Amino acid sequence: MAVKVIIPTPLRIYAAKKESAEVSAQTVGEALGGLTTQYTELRKHLFTEDGKLRSFVNVYLNDEDIRYMAKEATPVKDGDVVSIVPSIAGGNLEK
Amino acid sequence: MAETFQLCMSHDLAEGIRRHGAETFPYECCGALLGRDSASNEKVSAPDESPVGTPREALGLFPLVNRRDDSPRNRFAVTADDVREAEQAARQQGLEVIGWYHSHPDHPARPSDFDREHAWPWYSYVIVSVMSGKPADMTSWRLNHDRQNYSPENIEIRNSALA
Repeated sequence: MAVKVIIPTPLRIYAAKKESAEVSAQTVGEALGGLTTQYTELRKHLFTEDGKLRSFVNVYLNDEDIRYMAKEATPVKDGDVVSIVPSIAGGNLEK
Repeated sequence: MAETFQLCMSHDLAEGIRRHGAETFPYECCGALLGRDSASNEKVSAPDESPVGTPREALGLFPLVNRRDDSPRNRFAVTADDVREAEQAARQQGLEVIGWYHSHPDHPARPSDFDREHAWPWYSYVIVSVMSGKPADMTSWRLNHDRQNYSPENIEIRNSALA
């Protein structure tokens, strides 16, 4: 299935400045895998070293948060749009 | 060599960040920085190097509610929905979200490891220290490509926003 992945502005410097990429995938996870295979420098900003999506990285399939679907196993179909949106967190030096 | 980053903002906008930090004290404040960035100057070919500085100016604030009600004194959180709302507000003004600000109540204006773990390069992360309720130092930072450290970003305060 051909899906479009929207690349968030801060990460476009790792994706040849492209706003989006077309990838072939059966699931959202495969779409993200295809994206980071195409643009390897993106990977560490989306995934932890053990390959899990970073906690502040949110993924939407056609405006639906995949956390409320089948997460990265959520199936995709031709023409779907995958968006990556950060949530912002931080705090002072106290743990 | 560390790159030199510069974030321009008006005096009023800087005061707006400080005021927000004082208003929410002893809890952390947070919000989005709306502005412009000359992204055409970004270097694409060598992301392993330190990020390249670009002229960047903040032209508006989009104050947000700190969603962390468990430890709002030393943590802040902005949901993805908040981020999308901020991005929409920026687009409506012909701007983009160029970064985020938050306060460190009774702590220095330096990014923590927790900040680093929850950041992306490119964004400007402005931190205002609020000591005993009064705004103090304000700094800005950009996460390096390797995610290991931040580079400081110079804040240039102008009397009025650029045209």
